[in-house]
Amino acid sequence: MSAVTPLDLLGASILGWMALGLGGLFAPRRAILALIFPAGAAAALLVAGAALWALGAPAETAVLPLGLPDLPFHLHLDTLSAFFLLLLGATTVGISVFSIGYFRDMDRATLSLLCLEYHFFLAAMALVFLADDAYLFMVAWETMALSSYFLVTTDHHVPEIRRAGFLYLLVAHVGAIAILMCFGVMQGGHGDYTFATMRDAHLTSFWASVTFLLALFGFGAKAGILPLHIWLPEAHPAAPSPVSAMMSGIMLKTAVYGILRVTFDLLGSQQWWWGTVALTLGLLTALFGVMFAAVQTDMKRLLAYSSIENIGIILVGIGLAVTFHAFHKDALAALALTATLYHALNHAFMKGLLFLGTGSVLHATGERNLAKLGGLIHRMPKLALLVLVGSLAIAGLPPLNGFVSEWLLLQAFLLSPGLPQSYLNMLIPVAAAALVLAAALAGYVMVKFYGIIFLGQPRDEKIAAAHDIGVWERIGLTWLALGCILLGLFPVFVILHIDPVAQLLVGHTLGSSAAQTGWLMLTPILPERASYSPLVLFLIIAVGIFFTLFAVKKFYHGRLRRGPAWDCGFPEQTARMQDSAEGFGQPIRQIFELFFGIVREVPSPFDKKPHYHGETRDRLWDLVYLPIARLTETLSALVGRLQHGRIHIYLLYSFVTLLALLAFIR
Amino acid sequence: MTISAVLLQLFQDTLVVLIAPLLLGWVNQCRAWLQNRSGAGVLQPYRNLAKLFHKDAALANNASPLFRATPYILFAAMWLAAALVPVIATDLPLSPAVDVIALVGIFALARVFISLAAMDIGTSFGTLGARREMLVGFLAEPALLMVFFTASIISQSTSLITIVETLAHKQFVLYPSLAFAAVAFVMVLLAENARIPVDNPSTHLELTMIHEAMILEYSARHLALVEWASALKLLAYTTIGIALFLPWGIAEAGDWGALPLALVALFVKLTAAGASLALLETISAKMRIFRVPEFMGTAFLLAVLGMLIRFLLGS
Repeated sequence: MSAVTPLDLLGASILGWMALGLGGLFAPRRAILALIFPAGAAAALLVAGAALWALGAPAETAVLPLGLPDLPFHLHLDTLSAFFLLLLGATTVGISVFSIGYFRDMDRATLSLLCLEYHFFLAAMALVFLADDAYLFMVAWETMALSSYFLVTTDHHVPEIRRAGFLYLLVAHVGAIAILMCFGVMQGGHGDYTFATMRDAHLTSFWASVTFLLALFGFGAKAGILPLHIWLPEAHPAAPSPVSAMMSGIMLKTAVYGILRVTFDLLGSQQWWWGTVALTLGLLTALFGVMFAAVQTDMKRLLAYSSIENIGIILVGIGLAVTFHAFHKDALAALALTATLYHALNHAFMKGLLFLGTGSVLHATGERNLAKLGGLIHRMPKLALLVLVGSLAIAGLPPLNGFVSEWLLLQAFLLSPGLPQSYLNMLIPVAAAALVLAAALAGYVMVKFYGIIFLGQPRDEKIAAAHDIGVWERIGLTWLALGCILLGLFPVFVILHIDPVAQLLVGHTLGSSAAQTGWLMLTPILPERASYSPLVLFLIIAVGIFFTLFAVKKFYHGRLRRGPAWDCGFPEQTARMQDSAEGFGQPIRQIFELFFGIVREVPSPFDKKPHYHGETRDRLWDLVYLPIARLTETLSALVGRLQHGRIHIYLLYSFVTLLALLAFIR
Repeated sequence: MTISAVLLQLFQDTLVVLIAPLLLGWVNQCRAWLQNRSGAGVLQPYRNLAKLFHKDAALANNASPLFRATPYILFAAMWLAAALVPVIATDLPLSPAVDVIALVGIFALARVFISLAAMDIGTSFGTLGARREMLVGFLAEPALLMVFFTASIISQSTSLITIVETLAHKQFVLYPSLAFAAVAFVMVLLAENARIPVDNPSTHLELTMIHEAMILEYSARHLALVEWASALKLLAYTTIGIALFLPWGIAEAGDWGALPLALVALFVKLTAAGASLALLETISAKMRIFRVPEFMGTAFLLAVLGMLIRFLLGS
């Protein structure tokens, strides 16, 4: 028995985070920035290291002497937990280091509260991944929801932010109720809430399906699966940028973890139509998210919708894995699952990077509206380079990381002919087409995002005063950007580390075949079937670039003149002649007009002071949410009739209830 | 990987980069003949490139490093794409590194970079061109991928070499799925290479241009590289079409005797393809930009239909 195990290290880090958070309440402002956030980043590094260790180590369990009497907390560290802890730790390092620089202008009271919530949020997420009974899971889940709610409402003086926070809390709790019911179904009346008993309980196919659907709904509310995505585009822009990065990069993945844990681990066997449900929902979510991202004018809202898209892609992968596993095609299930987990990891890095990048832009310019930005590549060249890496990665371009996971997922689609279900054989090509369409649209969105913020001429005067990022921000962003590059260039190593998870969940791995021709070439099944080597691709393009550069300079010349832009000879050029964010999204709005609720106010020709207004609304608000809200209000009004504010009437209610209960139970 | 294969790869790299302007010149010459003009000759693109390389580059005052780097990235990416397609022999050592999905990814990479460069100066035409290019691209990319998927499912592989070897060994059977894919592919080729009816390569008419609007601010060596990259892209697309739909005559791995024949076959096929492209462009009219999504949507649906036929009927 070795002295220290990965679980010990993880436990120490979690306790460390909590202590750091509490310490933030008493520490002076300088100490929070100079000590507590760096220490938090170090703890995150420790979490990542311990998780990497645990991926290759046997599973560990522990029972904590905490919790209610006879209901202690159980911890369990297996490879699935370890993978998500790795994601949490590795991403948090970058975000925490960035936060040191980002929060430097915050006043002490806000900062110390933020520090408390921030580190409790991290600890709660780590506990979600480690929990081995429904009780601890729900406690950690609710701590996570509450601490993130307070983080979202950091600027609680702004009414919109309070509103966004309330919406988030509401959806989070609707989801939490579904998760609670899901665990309730699984424990089946034994009164034992540990995951170990849930694994052994054999549910009938009906109750298993109920469990799956409840889990999909409950975790879907946290992940932002259609139609429960509604809080995401409100809460992400409201939160401070490092918090948005954590929520989008890491917290959404706790929901992915939950779905995987319930579906593959706790339920044991799956039914194929669950996969179809997840696949369809995932596709709708992905297409919806990317379409709305294309028409946004607020840079953080745009990224929030892009997160919805990526969660959709992850759900598509889960759907495929469930389908394949239900048909006992374990090799294919392993492929789809590996793609899913890979994409989750990639998304944490890319979205963390991009959200932090928007934070730096916001910090430097005070502007979130794309209509006022532009030309920042000249003012903030270092930030522009780092965000370019993230934008290209999330657009799914080789040789960066977003491409690898999409490539793996498409391979899973291509290998699927011959499933014993003709409906599925019809659905899968269409699903592949829809997925590819969403991925291509993501490229459009990212050109818009990057081009409007960083390229062109500044659309507002105050941009000219923008300053480049400081050293802490640069370190944090570079960490995440390096992650995007390395995850893209060395996929075989990443897959070898995902293997233990695939082994645990579907009983098959990809690594042995993925690495059959060495670490350079990724071959998911057979070398003749498919192979991809991002490193070779990158090197050839790099060699091509340098060869061309050298040849042009050598044979011709490098002479260069600077002058005003030509623009087809038009003499007058202003920044307002560039495409605005709305203009850039216009083709998408026109093509997919059906899906958007478009509100336009066009003035009449005789208007003295013409005022134009255009808004693209989410139709689901009007179709789903407002009716529910109205129904709730009506019901509350009915309940309100019972209330008169006189004490004897309430006593009468109690008396009647008591009588009724006595009559009922007898 | 043998020495001969490496030599073959180097030969193909050199060949594609040299003949790409020739294909463009041939298409332009055929168009001139079809329009009853005498034309500038098939060598005109080379003269244009030489002229541009000799000029001094003029750069807008607010051009960023991204703007200056893009022509090189574009050229290297398109060169790689053209060098990967098995056109004369199936023994290419670089080909396993990049399968068809990655090939589509390389085209997307080039498209994103040229669009970003177009937005860099911040002129009205640049951003307009970038937006239109991405509009065409986001519909063309899935259509192209669906075409590849249809071929992949027939040959059980996404590797271009395996696809070409499988299709070249089959007897001449008309796959309905491949027929759909071929139509979709031609539509994608027209759109992606800025040809009529989607875009007109020989016009600077503000309201209709796409590709030309993006590269308005480029001059001299940068423009030369962008133009050369476009020529390479046209060659890459044409050779992909040849590899997928007319693979016969290609030299198998290690079969050196078949190489001269394969080279002749390639030139014959390219000549025919270039002439057909010119004919197609001459008999069709440029469409309004608002109709382009419909055109590309049709291509996408045709490609999906081809794949569906393959999935459901296995034909």
